[in-house]
Amino acid sequence: MGFDRRLIEHFDWVLFFLTAGLLSVGILGIYSATYEGAGYASPWVTRQIVWVAVGLAGMALAFAIDYRHFEQWAYVFYAAALFLLILVPLIGSFGGGARRWIHLGPFSLQPAEFMKIGLLLVIARFVNRYVPIEGYGIREILIPALFVALPAGLILLQPNLGTAVTLGLLFLTLTFVSGLRLRSLAVLGLIGSGILPFVWAHLEPYQRQRITSFLHPDLDPLGAGYHMIQAKVTVGSGMLWGKGFLLGTQNRLDFLPEKHTDFVFAVLAEEWGFVGMIGLLLLYGALLARLIVIALRARERFGLLIAVGVAGMVFWQLIINIGMNVGVLPVVGVPLPLLSYGGSSLLTMMLALGLALNVSTRRFLF
Amino acid sequence: MNETPEVFTSQETLAACYRRVGVMSLIILLVLCVLGFRLWQLQIVDGSRLRTLSEKNRLRLRRLPPMRGLMHDRTGRVVVANRPSFDVVIVPADVQEMSLLLHKLARYVPDVKDLGNGNLPRNLRRPAYEDIVVARDVSRQTLVAIEAHQMDLPGVRIDVSSKRYYPAESVAAHLLGHVGEVNNTEMELFSGYRLGDLTGKVGLEKAWEEALRGHSGGQQVEIDASGRTLRVLDEVRAQPGRNLILTLDLELQEEAERALAEVEGALVVLSVHTGEVLVMVNRPAFNPNLFARGIRRSEWRQLLENPLHPLTNRVIQGQYPPGSTFKPIMAAAALEEGVITPETQFRCQGGLPFGGRVFRCWKRSGHGRVDLKQALAQSCDVYFYQIGQLLGIEKIAEYARRFGLGRDMHIALGHAAAGIIPDAAWKKDRFGIPWYAGETLSVVIGQGYVTATPLQMAVAIAAIANGGTVYRPAFVTQVLGADNTPIQTYPPEIVTQVDIRAEHLQTVREGMWEVVHGKAGTGRKARLMDIEVAGKTGTAQVISGARGSAADAPRRYRDHAWFVAFAPASDPEVVVVCLIEHSGKGGGKVAAPVVRAVLEAYFRITQHSSEESHGIRQATHRAF
Repeated sequence: MGFDRRLIEHFDWVLFFLTAGLLSVGILGIYSATYEGAGYASPWVTRQIVWVAVGLAGMALAFAIDYRHFEQWAYVFYAAALFLLILVPLIGSFGGGARRWIHLGPFSLQPAEFMKIGLLLVIARFVNRYVPIEGYGIREILIPALFVALPAGLILLQPNLGTAVTLGLLFLTLTFVSGLRLRSLAVLGLIGSGILPFVWAHLEPYQRQRITSFLHPDLDPLGAGYHMIQAKVTVGSGMLWGKGFLLGTQNRLDFLPEKHTDFVFAVLAEEWGFVGMIGLLLLYGALLARLIVIALRARERFGLLIAVGVAGMVFWQLIINIGMNVGVLPVVGVPLPLLSYGGSSLLTMMLALGLALNVSTRRFLF
Repeated sequence: MNETPEVFTSQETLAACYRRVGVMSLIILLVLCVLGFRLWQLQIVDGSRLRTLSEKNRLRLRRLPPMRGLMHDRTGRVVVANRPSFDVVIVPADVQEMSLLLHKLARYVPDVKDLGNGNLPRNLRRPAYEDIVVARDVSRQTLVAIEAHQMDLPGVRIDVSSKRYYPAESVAAHLLGHVGEVNNTEMELFSGYRLGDLTGKVGLEKAWEEALRGHSGGQQVEIDASGRTLRVLDEVRAQPGRNLILTLDLELQEEAERALAEVEGALVVLSVHTGEVLVMVNRPAFNPNLFARGIRRSEWRQLLENPLHPLTNRVIQGQYPPGSTFKPIMAAAALEEGVITPETQFRCQGGLPFGGRVFRCWKRSGHGRVDLKQALAQSCDVYFYQIGQLLGIEKIAEYARRFGLGRDMHIALGHAAAGIIPDAAWKKDRFGIPWYAGETLSVVIGQGYVTATPLQMAVAIAAIANGGTVYRPAFVTQVLGADNTPIQTYPPEIVTQVDIRAEHLQTVREGMWEVVHGKAGTGRKARLMDIEVAGKTGTAQVISGARGSAADAPRRYRDHAWFVAFAPASDPEVVVVCLIEHSGKGGGKVAAPVVRAVLEAYFRITQHSSEESHGIRQATHRAF
């Protein structure tokens, strides 16, 4: 793989700067959410900056190697992620009632996040190489469905409902774009609603409580319902222009749980107001639009599917996270792409964007 | 799987995707618009209302911990209760001038003085929004003083919480157990706990945690600038834990503790026909109230380092050689196996030569010719050596296990020791060497490898007394709701039947009657005025071959003294088992009087209560 000057000429600066912009917003949000007074350095901000550096290195790596090599090595990535995932119940550590992390010195990894990349690669590879004339029916996508079901099951057991749901949506996105028949989509929907009671029965009581309190916030205005109400109050109290950076009272008075991770959006909404949040949505919209442009410009199917998959990852996590921040979706613990505190999710998102950069830049090499 | 990328040209397959990507783009656009609309709704339409909520009002979420369930003894007396405890709390967000407040507060709360002079904990120095407890479990005077000056102390709040209270202090401490703050392991294993929550640590408090703990509720409250609650916006009531009715008889327990006050040891009283544990004494004991109020490091170390192990529940965890109290079981086994009849006699000359050495009887001068009942009454070792040879180790072990020895009883009081009933396979497994015939002679008199807990001995003796039923020892008869409506009742639970003919058990009971009432009985000190008692003495050697390592030997080498008994002898109601650790004296001397005192108290209490309830005085029990 020799160096090609065209890689620099055609580098996708738009995608890169959109990413950098969102990362900066995230660091400001975490700074505010963990602010303890002037002169007090929040360890979360420092750690997040370290993770951004790690993420940039990962992004460079995902960009540097021709993405078609990733297609060849797809199963290896998938197997590696699966291996880590299997390690979790064996050597993983607990936190907040779930077993999700593997400790590596000062940092801990959440293998479920890396599975998103592994899954993106194997499904894209599968639908790229196997194109039935009649389009994809249920039988044709049985194998990729297994690719999803295995890790999603492991992740549900951790328990981590949010990531498992994200994997399922990623699978749906990729098969839909590659030509899943609409009738099969409907069948999948039916199967999904068939699995639902089963999943429900295996949810932890706290997860069930979150969902019931979302459907009926009045039943439980204290436990899970309290957080939903407080999140809404926090977002709404920002009004048009916001209360100003570091001046959010809901934030300062600790009304929000997980405010540097799952609820960083609410912190930003309180301090930056409607105007700021529309700006943020526009920034995300631009990122998604760029990813779709990359998909449409790709010269071959695998590249298109990678770009679509990355867009799907950003989009689904975005709406699940913001949805729970503004009280239209239940609280299921999905990080806001590039903004929430959390090393594994940030690194995963940046690796994914590195792949998209890769596709975008290499379209001229065909 | 067909890998057929050649079927389509690259451009064709791409084109097929474009329409779907277009649909996807539309969905994304639509959803982003919905999110934007929702933001407009919250921040613009509802904005000023929510802003008011966030700024003018101060909403707080308060957890309402559940009231832990109570425990009553079998007569309804409260043995485990809750008492109110008052903590002084500072709400930093509502304090205008922290140092001034601390200065004022120090006048009423002595503990706060140290905080004033630059000794502020870190969390008080930097802006914090969490409540800080500055004094725990303060006295009534302090409480009154703070309540009276509430207006002068903005940001100071009194929190009422509930603390566990054991009114009988150290009485039955090992049975009841105690609570403590939940640790990390427990939080991971069981859901619904938070840091600082209490959980049962040992005893019934731990074994019945699920029933006792209840579920916490919460309050959403609005408070004013000085931390006072303006109104409760919403409340979910805590569900109190369930109450337990124990098998324990507190009055009898107190009597038994008194009878055992001066020594180290264990005593258990079991109801013969139900397996209910009426009394469980362990000496030395500890005061569970120390744990309830939060034990100090020095107190904890004292308990741990005490060589007499006050924290150990000897009744269920102490494993001792049963000594001669094992003989009634062996007698029943020999009769059932037909190796002897009640009339069979052996001559005791003070010892039995076997395998090149002499196995001694405790009575060096010998008992002369004795039959089975006299062998029990006088605890003749030689008679039982003969039985041991006739039975063999495998039969000995089989019968002992039928009586519940050497196995885990799975009692509802946490982990109990299983004791050891050895046989050839056990020894091969444990030490890798075969069984020696001489060891059988040690086992048959309850020495050698044999160990049992006092509770196991009580269960076995109860089986002899009740005609052969082995009951699982029970501690709780009923679980009640917080309003005392019965939720669950636990009937007696039979573990097994010993499967020995009634007349054989009757012979053994008659032998045990001789122990107490016979002319040469070793347990004559257990006699009562008007009720006949059957029993068996035991003296368990701690080091082999040193029989009589008496009172002058170092404590840890002295023999243990046992006495097991049931009464009334003809129609047994209760079993009492007493073990006195390292007494250096025989069971008949030191343990029998203790059992006597407990039996006396038992009949006094039950007769008293039956007079009260029925007005009928039962006729004096007569034996046979």
